[in-house]
Amino acid sequence: MYALPILIGVNIITFVLFFVVNTPDDMARMHLGIKRVSEAAIVKWKDDRGYNKPILFNGRVDGTKKITETIFFQNSVKLFVFDFGRSDSGRDIGYDISQRMWPSLAITVPSLFIGLLAYISFGLILAFFRGSYVDVSGVVLCVIMMSISGLFYIIGGQYLIGKFLHLVPISGYDTGLNAFKFIILPVLVGLIGGIGASTRWYRTIFLEEMNKDYVRTARAKGLPESRVLYRHVLTNGLIPILTGVVVILPSLFMGSLIVESFFAIPGLGSYTIDAINRQDFAIVRSMVFLGSVLYIIGLILTDISYTFVDPRVRLN
Amino acid sequence: MPVIFITDFLIFLLLFGVVAFFFYGRKQEHLAAPWRDVRKRSLAMSSAVILFFFVCIGLFDSIHFHPKIETDKSTEKIYSNEILSVLDILLSDLRLKNEKTYSAPLASYSFSKEMIEQENGKKIRAYPRLIYGGASLNNPESESTADIVKRISLGFLYGLLISAIIINLIIFVLSKLMRASYRTTLHNCLLNKFNTHWLAIFITTLTIIITICIICSLSQNYHVFGTDKVGQDVLYQALKSIRTGLVIGTLTTLVMLPFAIAMGLMAGYFRGWIDDVIQYLYTTLNSIPGVLLIAASILLLQVYISNHADDFNSIEQRADLRLLFLCIILGITSWTGLCRLLRAEALKLREIDYVQAARAFGVQNYKVIFRHLLPNVMHIVMISIVLDFSGLVLAEAVLSYINIGVDPSMYSWGNMINSARLEMAREPIVWWSLAAAFIFMFILVLAANLFSDAVRDAFDPRLREF
Repeated sequence: MYALPILIGVNIITFVLFFVVNTPDDMARMHLGIKRVSEAAIVKWKDDRGYNKPILFNGRVDGTKKITETIFFQNSVKLFVFDFGRSDSGRDIGYDISQRMWPSLAITVPSLFIGLLAYISFGLILAFFRGSYVDVSGVVLCVIMMSISGLFYIIGGQYLIGKFLHLVPISGYDTGLNAFKFIILPVLVGLIGGIGASTRWYRTIFLEEMNKDYVRTARAKGLPESRVLYRHVLTNGLIPILTGVVVILPSLFMGSLIVESFFAIPGLGSYTIDAINRQDFAIVRSMVFLGSVLYIIGLILTDISYTFVDPRVRLN
Repeated sequence: MPVIFITDFLIFLLLFGVVAFFFYGRKQEHLAAPWRDVRKRSLAMSSAVILFFFVCIGLFDSIHFHPKIETDKSTEKIYSNEILSVLDILLSDLRLKNEKTYSAPLASYSFSKEMIEQENGKKIRAYPRLIYGGASLNNPESESTADIVKRISLGFLYGLLISAIIINLIIFVLSKLMRASYRTTLHNCLLNKFNTHWLAIFITTLTIIITICIICSLSQNYHVFGTDKVGQDVLYQALKSIRTGLVIGTLTTLVMLPFAIAMGLMAGYFRGWIDDVIQYLYTTLNSIPGVLLIAASILLLQVYISNHADDFNSIEQRADLRLLFLCIILGITSWTGLCRLLRAEALKLREIDYVQAARAFGVQNYKVIFRHLLPNVMHIVMISIVLDFSGLVLAEAVLSYINIGVDPSMYSWGNMINSARLEMAREPIVWWSLAAAFIFMFILVLAANLFSDAVRDAFDPRLREF
């Protein structure tokens, strides 16, 4: 139930950032060229995009319109019903989002699930061989992989698999089943890029769990190590893992900004980057709001999933 | 005439703070003991040496001034408009040796063919000689390999010599401090009998100095990492980028630290409505995706800069303001984690007897926070500073790639990668800009990661037994 006040807060922050710190006049001047821009051109630019209304309170009209005919109401409050309005270049943002959602999901959903599976297994393997050479070399490898910027994984992957081995196209996207060959490389690159940090993080979680009393009890009962790991450590380790996954949830829709623009996938991530480069404030504003909505949905989902993983937690 | 950028000022403020904290922490047993543990670790000490070299380069690059123009009249002082740093002076060799366009590492010939007019007036398409690369050679095709080998071995010898002097100097000072003979000190260092892992420090220093000497000796006649599109030395760019990386990695934490500490401790200590407000604040900020918040803010800064273009004296100052602003924004998006940790710790601490006793005696709230809570959360603050560093350096590269990072005119690894990316399609491929950025970033981030691991293990002993 904390969702609504947070959303209102986000809304106010974006509103202040986009309309109060920089007035629509500044934006118009920016778009039309900095110098030698006539007043009339600025007024026309604002008229076209509906930025010509007063910011908070409109004294020139009657009744409820005093509130509704303002920039705050038209551009910020309407976001609550997912009415994103039109972008500064005149396109319908809501339609664009619904179109571009699917390519993003096609990349991020497989990345998330394959990634979780892979990282958890790696983490378990390292935890199983704790203290041995397998563990030490695994951790060293993780630290080394963590220290490489994600950009290099993308560039390296594109060069090696796309250009050198010619296995899949370097970038692009297609509809339907043809999309498969375009998806493989981004998913793979995303997977490899995350291995270092995630595996080490999961290993730490599992080791922390293995240090607890119930694991000692299980071992004392004479359970084989594999059963201890899968039955006890894994299920208990899921709680912190779930918390970590929520942080990724918003990026599930938003797509990975960098990956999408590198691989020229027409998803939400590249949409946002294009908007940033074109300085289209309306789109960035909508994406900020959408992102925080998804984050809050993620928070609520975690709370619910806790009750499945850990029956002691009750929703109230 | 010196010029002080805001970030320069903050960097030296930070340096001063670190030194002050060092002397403060030495007397506090709960802070000093884990550091002794860090000093025993070989990997941590190696990374510390590497970080030290990076920081030195960054500091040299943070002292800016307008250079004096040589004139005939010695009484009159005229300063050029250009802003240089001490590092630029040290590297003036690299800075001024500009080629026409791309050239491969250690090359003597240009990367692309050009029309060359020969002495007899005939024009042919061939690879022209570089202006500086391999300039001392008469016939680079046959001589260059031998010359490179000669220079590498010369650099190696010099490196050996210099590092031997430095290491001997350290041992000499140590023996004076320990009041032992030189030989026993050397013996103890090599057998690793001190509290500090001197052996690791010596080996790392040796490696670094030899590398530096080899690069120095090579770059007198070649471009070690080649040149970029406008013919600028890539090694110079990579070295200049160190400051940007360090500024982002350290100042961001410095900027957010006062807020995070104050808010976290207040929320945990006072509880009630203050806690609610602060929690609301950081959950709200947290729920906005970081990249988008940064993008929005940078966009707005661009609007501001373009509308107030007259307020800035130079491109450097504008770039510097953007760098600072980026640090602040990154700080705003990342202070929530530390704040939450501190709140949890303060909640625990406020129930401890000595805090309760202080309250019962009627000590004012702010005094309790300063005297009793703050010193006891210092280790958390320290760990988070060290842990955040590497992530921030990596984030800079990604942000510069989407054009919401540092100013495009500023040297940074992100900008290097960004401009090199466009050349990936060339055949043969232009790889050296990427390679240079990769190597420098990798070394810095790896050293930071290893060092922060050691620090965290020392301060957080839960996992030490594994």
